[in-house]
Amino acid sequence: MQSIILKTATRLMVGLMLVFAVYLLLRGHHEPGGGFVAALVSGTAFALFAITEGPAQLRRAIRVRPSVIAMTGLAVAAAAGFPALFAGMPYLTGIWWKIGEISLGTPLIFDVGVFLAVLGAIVSLLLALEEN
Amino acid sequence: MNLLLILPILLPMVMAMISVLTGLDRARSGMLAVFGALLHLCASGFLLATVVDHQVLVLWMGNWPAPAGICLVADYLSAAMVLITSVIYLAVMVYSGKEITPHQRRSGYYPLMQFLTAAICGAFLTGDLFNLYVWFELILMASFGIMIMENPGSRLTSAVKYVTMNLLSTVFLIMAIGLIYGLTGTLNMADLHEKVAQVDNTALVTGAALLLMMAFAIKSALFPLFFWLPATYHTLPVPVAAFFAGMLTKVGVYALIRLFTLVFVTDVAVTHTLLMVMAVLTMVSGVAAAASQMDIRRILSFHIISQVGYMVLGLAVFTPLALAGTLVYLIHHIIVKANLFLVSGLIQRATGSFDLKQTGGLYQTHGLLSLGFFIPAFSLAGFPPLSGFWAKLLIIYACLEAGHYFLGATAAVVGLMTVFSMIKIWTEAFWKKKALPVDSPVEPLVDIPFQLMGPVLCLCLLTVLIGVFMEPVLKFALVAGEQLMSPHQYVLAVKGGG
Repeated sequence: MQSIILKTATRLMVGLMLVFAVYLLLRGHHEPGGGFVAALVSGTAFALFAITEGPAQLRRAIRVRPSVIAMTGLAVAAAAGFPALFAGMPYLTGIWWKIGEISLGTPLIFDVGVFLAVLGAIVSLLLALEEN
Repeated sequence: MNLLLILPILLPMVMAMISVLTGLDRARSGMLAVFGALLHLCASGFLLATVVDHQVLVLWMGNWPAPAGICLVADYLSAAMVLITSVIYLAVMVYSGKEITPHQRRSGYYPLMQFLTAAICGAFLTGDLFNLYVWFELILMASFGIMIMENPGSRLTSAVKYVTMNLLSTVFLIMAIGLIYGLTGTLNMADLHEKVAQVDNTALVTGAALLLMMAFAIKSALFPLFFWLPATYHTLPVPVAAFFAGMLTKVGVYALIRLFTLVFVTDVAVTHTLLMVMAVLTMVSGVAAAASQMDIRRILSFHIISQVGYMVLGLAVFTPLALAGTLVYLIHHIIVKANLFLVSGLIQRATGSFDLKQTGGLYQTHGLLSLGFFIPAFSLAGFPPLSGFWAKLLIIYACLEAGHYFLGATAAVVGLMTVFSMIKIWTEAFWKKKALPVDSPVEPLVDIPFQLMGPVLCLCLLTVLIGVFMEPVLKFALVAGEQLMSPHQYVLAVKGGG
C-alpha cells in the first residue's frame, strides 16, 4: 500500500510492538503475559510490516522460513519438559534456578518455545494470504 | 514407567520437528517417518504391557495438583486404542513411501500426519474434558491441512464441508464443557464421575450430556449427522483416506464410550436409549446407502458409517459384554477398514480406476491382491473365522442377552447387507472380465511394488490372527468392559494419584 502516513507510522510502531512483545514474554507465568500473547503482538507488528512493505520484504526481513521458526519453537517447548525427568518428576514440571535476584526456570523456556511456535504459525499464514 | 504415557504423543511430534528442521529429501523423510512409526509402535506396545500389569496408569502433567492439573490416563481401552493407532500409522507410513507425490511431501504431508497421530493419541490418553477438546481441535487442524495439501481447488468443497461440520461440533462441545464446568467446578473426568452424581439440577446435566453426544455424534458420523464423511473421504490420496477412515471417526466413538461410561451414567434411560436409536439408524442407513454406490471408495465410506453404528450399539446396550464387543469391534474395524482403503488404491493402480464398472479381471492377473482384498472384505462382512465374525457375534450376543431382540436381529440383517456390498466389489473388480473402454489405451499391468503390498498383507495377517486367537483378545476386552462398567479403579487411580 502506498501511504506515506502508514509507512512512517509503521516504522515507529513495529519496533515498539516488538519490544512490548518481549516485555510480555518475560513478564509471563507469574503475571499476566506469556509466550502466546507476546507472539500475537509481534505477529501484529509483522502484519503491519507486510501490509506496508509487501510480503517479499517481510520474507527478507525475517530471513528464516516461518515453518522453521514454528518447528524450532515446538522443539524448544518440548525440550523444556525434559529437565524435570532428570529430577525424577513428571514431564513438564517447572524447575527453577535462582540467579541473584532473578529466578529463571523451565517455564520461561517453554514460553519462549510457545512464542516461536505461534509466531511462526502466524507469519506463515500471513505470508500465504498476502502472496495469493 | 509413567514416562510411557507421554511417549505416544511426544514421539510423533519430535519426528515432525526433525523432518521439518532438517529438510530431508524424499527417500529420507519417508524412511524417517517409518522409523518414527516403528518407535511409536514399540512405545505403545510397552504401554499396553504396562497397563496389563498395573490396570490403570496416571501421569499428572507438570506435577500440578489434582483438580487443577491435567492428567494422562491409560486404562485397557485407551492403551488398546493407542496401540492400534500406531499399527495403522506404521502401515500407512510404509505405504506412503511409494504413493505420496513430491508435491504432497513438500506441502508437509509427513509432519501433518505425525501431528495428527500425536493428537489422536492425546485424545485417547487424556483424562481431562477440556484437554480432550484441545486434542480434537488439533486433529481437525492437522486433518484439514492434509486434505488441502495438494491442488486445494478440487478438494476445497469437500474440505470445507468437513471443517464446517466439525466446527459446529466444536461449538456444541465447548458449550457443553462450559455448562459442565459451571455445574460441577471441575473438568477432570474421574472427578466428574463423582461430582455429576451430586448435582441437583439433573435436567441440566442431561442437557449437557446430550450436547456432548451431538458433538461426538458429528465426529463419529452417526445418523443423521454423517453426510460430511462420504463427501470427503473419496477425494483424498489413498494412504490419507486409509488413515482417516481407520482412525478419525473412531476417536469420536472413543470419546462417546469414555464419557458415557465414566461421566454420564446418571440418566441412562435417556442418554443410552437415544444412543441406541441413533446406532440402529446409523447402521441401516449406512449400509443401505452403500448398496447404491459404484465407486469403491464411496462404498467403503458408507460402510464406515454402518460399522460405527455397531460400535455405538454396543455402548448403548451398556453391559460389560457389550462394551467388550465394542472394543473388539473397534480393533477389528480399524484394521480392516484402513486395509480396504489401501487395497482400493492398489485396485486403482492395477486397473486404472476406482469405478467398479471400469475394473475387472483382477482375480486372473493379481492373485495376491485378490487375497489382500478377500480377507478384509469378508472380515468386514462377518465371515468366520475372521475377526469381523467374532466382533459381530459379540455385539449381537450382547443385544440378545440384554433382551434387545429387535436390535440383535437388525445387526444381523445389516451384516447380511454388508456381504452384498463386498460381493459386489468382488464380482465387479475381481471376477468379471475386464471391460476395456474402446478409446483408452490398454493399461500395462505393472507388478504392484512390495512396499505397497506389504502393509496390506501384514494387516490381513493381523485380521486372520485376531480371528484365530480370539480367546486372549476376548479376555482382554472383557476386562476392559468390566473396567468401563465399574470405573472405580479408574477414579481411584486418578484421585489417589493426585
